[in-house]
Amino acid sequence: MTLTAKDVAEITRLLEESDFDELTLELDGLKLAVRRKGAAAPVALESLVPATPAAQPPSAKESASLDEASVSQTITAPLLGTFYRAPKPGAPPFVEVGSPVEEETIVGIIEVMKLMNTVRAATRGRVAAILAQDGALVEYGEALMRVSKAAGA
Amino acid sequence: MSLRRVLVANRGEIAVRIIRACRRLGLETVLTVSEADRDSMPARLADRTLCIGPARASDSYLNVGAILQAALAARADAIHPGYGFLSERPALAQGCEEHGLIFIGPTAAQIEAVGDKLRARAQAQATQVPVIPGAAVEGGAQALAVARRLGLPLLVKAVGGGGGRGMKRIERLQELMPLVELAASEAGAAFGDARVYLERFVRRARHIEVQVLGDGEGDVIHLGERDCSVQRRYQKLIEETPAPGLPDSFRHRLHEAAVRFAQAMAYRGAGTVEFLVDLERDEFYFLEMNARIQVEHPVTEAVTGIDLVAEQIAIASGAGLRLRQADVECRGCAIECRVNAENPARDFEPSPGWVSAARWPRGDGIRVDTHIEAGAQVPPFYDSLLGKIIARADERDAALERMWRAIAATRIEGVISNLPLHSMLLANREFQQGGVDTGFLTRLLEGAPMSVEAQLG
Repeated sequence: MTLTAKDVAEITRLLEESDFDELTLELDGLKLAVRRKGAAAPVALESLVPATPAAQPPSAKESASLDEASVSQTITAPLLGTFYRAPKPGAPPFVEVGSPVEEETIVGIIEVMKLMNTVRAATRGRVAAILAQDGALVEYGEALMRVSKAAGA
Repeated sequence: MSLRRVLVANRGEIAVRIIRACRRLGLETVLTVSEADRDSMPARLADRTLCIGPARASDSYLNVGAILQAALAARADAIHPGYGFLSERPALAQGCEEHGLIFIGPTAAQIEAVGDKLRARAQAQATQVPVIPGAAVEGGAQALAVARRLGLPLLVKAVGGGGGRGMKRIERLQELMPLVELAASEAGAAFGDARVYLERFVRRARHIEVQVLGDGEGDVIHLGERDCSVQRRYQKLIEETPAPGLPDSFRHRLHEAAVRFAQAMAYRGAGTVEFLVDLERDEFYFLEMNARIQVEHPVTEAVTGIDLVAEQIAIASGAGLRLRQADVECRGCAIECRVNAENPARDFEPSPGWVSAARWPRGDGIRVDTHIEAGAQVPPFYDSLLGKIIARADERDAALERMWRAIAATRIEGVISNLPLHSMLLANREFQQGGVDTGFLTRLLEGAPMSVEAQLG
C-alpha cells in the first residue's frame, strides 16, 4: 500500500472541508496524521509518521504520560540556530520558570547567520521547564520549553 | 588547509556515498537533514545529524542560511553539496567563501558562468567547442539566408524564452517567414522581448558527456565519457561507459573539447561537459556543463578505479590534481541502472511510501549505491531515486549480462519500482546492439505500454 503526494493532498482537502480538527489514517505500514492549522500542537499541517519499530517520534520526551500531555505543551525551535534566552548578553531572560505566557509572548531568540529570529510561546500557560541551554545550538523542532496549561491558563 | 570535518548538505544515496568516502579518508561527517529524513540511512551513518527544517525542500535542503549556520555551529571545515539542491546555486558556494568554509566544488563565479546558458554557449565558441549552429534573425532576407546555410529542419527560439517555451519547429522553407513572425509576436507578448533566433533542429542525437577534474589553476584532465541516451523527458535512466560504437577519433575530439572548455575557465573540482551528438551529420555540439558530482559518476569510477568524491575532497583541501592524464586508464565497460520509486505503467508517477522489503544484488563486478533498506521511508517530497546498480565487465555484452542478473536478483516491496522496465530494456535488441538515440526510450514506451500486471508481477 502506498500513498502518493496527490493522495495526501486529497485527504488534506477532505479534512479542510469537514468539521473535524484531526484525522489519523492507518494503512499497513503507514500512519498518516493530519491536523488543521491552529489545532493543538504547533506542527506542520501534515506529517508522515512511520509505524515501524525503527522509527521514532520527533521528540522522545513528548510521548510522556497521557495526563501530562493533556496539561502541558512544548515550545519547539522553529529553525536551527543558536538559542538565546535574553535579548542581549547580560539582560534579564525573556521568561523564567513560572512566568505566564500567551501565544504572542516572546520566550527566546534563535540566531541564524547573524539574523535574530524571535521564538513565541504559541500557547498559553506557565513556563514549567526550560529545556534548552542559553547559547546552545538547537535543531529544527528541538524542545525548548515546557508550558503547563493547568496553572493559570 | 587541512580538512577534518565535512558537512554533507544532501540526502539519499549520494549522502551515504559521501559519508562513506569521508569515513575512508578519516574525516568526520555532519549531516543536515529535514524532518522527513531524521531516521534515514545517512542520518544513522553520519557522526552527527542536525535537523534544519521541515520536510519541504525549500525550508530545509534549499535553506542556505540554515546549512551555513549548521556548518559553523558544528565546526565543519567544508561543505559537500552532493547533486541537485544547492550544488549549483552560487549562493551556497558564495556563503562558504564569505565564512571561511571550503565549498567542495567549483567557485561561485564558475557556477554562475556555466549556469547562464548564453554565457556558456559564448564561452564554448570562444574555445572552439562546437555549439548547435544558429543565428539571430534580423529580417526576412537574412532569415532565409540563415535557413539555407543551416539546413532544415530548424527551430525558431525566443531569446527571452527557455525550457521549451517559445519554440517552434520549421520543416519546410515556405513555413519559415510565417513561423518566424508568429514566434516573434508571441515572444514579444510572453517575454516582453520579440527577438528570436534560428537553430538547427537535431532530429536524431545521442547524449554523451565527458567527466573532467580540474585543479582550479588551469590544469584539467578527463576521465572518459558516459553515454546517457536512454532517457525520457530529459530524465536519464541508464548510463554507460564507454559510449558504444563511437569511433576513437570522434571520442578523442569529445574529450579534448571538454578539457578545452574547462581549462579556459580554470575549472575547479569535478564537472561534466555534456554534448549532443548529431547522428545524421556525425557532429557534436556543446549542451552545457554540470558543475557538480553527477548521479551517474559510478560508471566512470568502475572503469577508471578512481574515487571521484575522494578527488573532489583532495582538490578542495588544496592537494590539487593527484592524477595526470596518463594515469587515467579506462578498463572494461560499465553500466548503471537507476532504480526509481515510480510507476512506468502510470506515466512514471512517483510511488512514495514505506519499503517493506529490499534486497539488492551482490557479486563480482556489481556495485550498489543506495540508502534504501527494509523499513525505509520514501518521502513524497523529494526525487524518487531508490538506488543505483552498477555492473562492470571487460566486455559490454558481459556487463549487460551481469546487469540483467543483478536486476533479476533485486527485490523492492512496498513501493512500485521501475525494475521491470530495466529488465525490458536490457532484453531489447536495439539497446543490446548499442548506440541508441535519445528518442529510443520514448518510442519503446509508445510501442509497448506496460501493464500494471507486468509491473507487479
